[in-house]
Amino acid sequence: MTDKSDGEVTHALEENDAVTHGGQVSHLYNRDVQAWVRKAANRGIYDIRGMGAKRKVPHFDDLVFLTASASRYPLEGYREKCETRTVLGGRNAKKPLELDTPVTIAGMSFGSLSANVKEALGRGASAVGTSTTTGDGGMTDEERRSSKMLVYQCLPSRYGFNPDDLRRADAVEVVIGQGAKPGGGGMLLGQKISERVASMRTLPAGIDQRSASRHPDWTGPDDLTIKLEELREITDWELPIYVKIGATRVENDVKLAVKAGADVVVVDGMQGGTAATQDVYIEHAGIPTLAAVVQANAALEELDVKGEVQLVVSGGIRTGADVAKAIALGADAVSIGQAVLLALGCNDHVWYKDGKTPISAVEDYEKLGTKPGVCHHMQTGRCPVGITTQDPELEKRVDPEWGAKRVRNYLQVLNMEVATLARACGKSDVHHLEREDLVALTIESAAMAKVPLAGTDWIPGVTGF
Amino acid sequence: MEQEVRSRKALEWDLSESPVRQLNNYLHHEMAQDDVEEVRILNPDGAHHIAVGMDAPVRVEVMGNAGYYIGGMNKQAEITVHGSAGWSVAENIMSGVVRIDGYVSECAGASGHGGLVVVEKDASSRCGISMKGNDIVVGGDVGHFSAFMAQKGHLVVCGDAGDGLGDSLYEAVIYVRGEVKSLGADAQEEPMTGEDHATLAGLLERAGFDHRPEDFKRVASARKLYHWNSEHDQEY
Repeated sequence: MTDKSDGEVTHALEENDAVTHGGQVSHLYNRDVQAWVRKAANRGIYDIRGMGAKRKVPHFDDLVFLTASASRYPLEGYREKCETRTVLGGRNAKKPLELDTPVTIAGMSFGSLSANVKEALGRGASAVGTSTTTGDGGMTDEERRSSKMLVYQCLPSRYGFNPDDLRRADAVEVVIGQGAKPGGGGMLLGQKISERVASMRTLPAGIDQRSASRHPDWTGPDDLTIKLEELREITDWELPIYVKIGATRVENDVKLAVKAGADVVVVDGMQGGTAATQDVYIEHAGIPTLAAVVQANAALEELDVKGEVQLVVSGGIRTGADVAKAIALGADAVSIGQAVLLALGCNDHVWYKDGKTPISAVEDYEKLGTKPGVCHHMQTGRCPVGITTQDPELEKRVDPEWGAKRVRNYLQVLNMEVATLARACGKSDVHHLEREDLVALTIESAAMAKVPLAGTDWIPGVTGF
Repeated sequence: MEQEVRSRKALEWDLSESPVRQLNNYLHHEMAQDDVEEVRILNPDGAHHIAVGMDAPVRVEVMGNAGYYIGGMNKQAEITVHGSAGWSVAENIMSGVVRIDGYVSECAGASGHGGLVVVEKDASSRCGISMKGNDIVVGGDVGHFSAFMAQKGHLVVCGDAGDGLGDSLYEAVIYVRGEVKSLGADAQEEPMTGEDHATLAGLLERAGFDHRPEDFKRVASARKLYHWNSEHDQEY
């Protein structure tokens, strides 16, 4: 609501106005709200932006591990092996995905991202033995070539969806919803609809594209069962099938996905990112990832399919600590999107020419009415560091080889951090992390995560009030 | 024609004895080794997923009523259902022909990229939803929200169309012979051109319908929703 990129002039109240002018700043109509109302009145259309929810909500940061001491025996941090291997999709598929790490790359489209970035993601992920995911707009040859394991999304829009790419995928992800905009479809504004993107999506170049929010060929969960069977029949029951949901009514949705036959359920919390959608969706729809993982795990436990159906969690996963806490709460793996774009230089003040020489991008941020560190203008296609763009010149700002190394390094650090915490908890496998290893620092996070408030045995809503 | 059929290497597959999963596996892999040109599928009894994911220039004859997703993602094959079919027949069709002698349920030909879908009788709602280059010819009526968000290709309706026809259309074109109950957002009726007459005549001939192109009206996108516009905020 504080975005002034449309050049609007505001005469905001200063902090001391209440004293010097006898006024009182309203909490309800504070300066940000007043600016937003004026902007809405000026433009006549809602804000569209990228990234995920920016509001503060209970998060994995509000949890800490009770690592080993006298009552638990730790593994030697630098010598003893801690397994990070992760297998996804063995429930019905002949060829489950075998990953070397529980961290995967989330679905992000060619169109929202440049071809160079998709290639860097593929090469970086492959270097650490994990998977990448296509997005709304289909599969590019570059990402197929660069990704050792590629998950092919089946989205409501079905842009570029075809049987040849389906058969050359390693898994299929049927996307019902996304954490940034559960219940809504994607957007790609005209400035990012290049000739190539338009061709892949069978759309006129330059139009403001609105993706569908419902699948075209099925509606309810009973139909989803039949849809998943169709995909299995087409792929001869070889590929794992994921079902991705935006975190809203998580327990019900996870149960329905399992009943429909999903091998893997992906739950994307409200902090999950997007390249472009309405701001009102991003900030006001869905539940935090912390709450979502607990509800999803409870649904799998109730159906007695833990170990049979895998849970992948996404939405605001940034560090190895986040990964470890998600696993301890019941996830088998996580997916990351925004964080890996940050690893590639998103919101940095420089980009690296030929992957070497730093060049200031500050002026280009200013042209967008923003600055490094707070930019969320992915929808413009004018990404100052060349990530969320289709502009041939801007795209050159990410060198695929440089980018691949950054992605590899970042994923490697996450994997090392997860293993470090697991060893300290006395686990020889990161998947042995459990809820009993965690306590909460706030009452809200204790209630959501269903772990005790630190220093107590109180779990709000479970033990006592 | 009859001699041609007899000269082909034909195969009969009885679904009451060998289920759909085995059938599709045969169609995807072993059929090519057997050099089969025609497969007659007996006793479909409403089964789903018959002949999905085909990628061979063969004829598939389904001898009775079929369920969901018949001919889904078809490439090259000519599939005929001698009966009616359920939801999403020929969804995501890429090429070839899928023909249904009877009626079809919802979402016929959804999201197809190429090829032809022919429904001899009526199609239910959302026929041609999200189509991306395929052609659909319906001998009877279509239900509401047909050709919703259709991007490319042609939907030919020889009967009437229900509410919301062509809502949020992109570049697909609809031809309707009967009445249109209502048009969807951004869809508009336009004059038929000589090119329309030629395209429509070709589609009707391929589908086997003997109607005059002059009796059809054209519905296409007004293209007012192609770019964000505050005057259209309720339609986004």
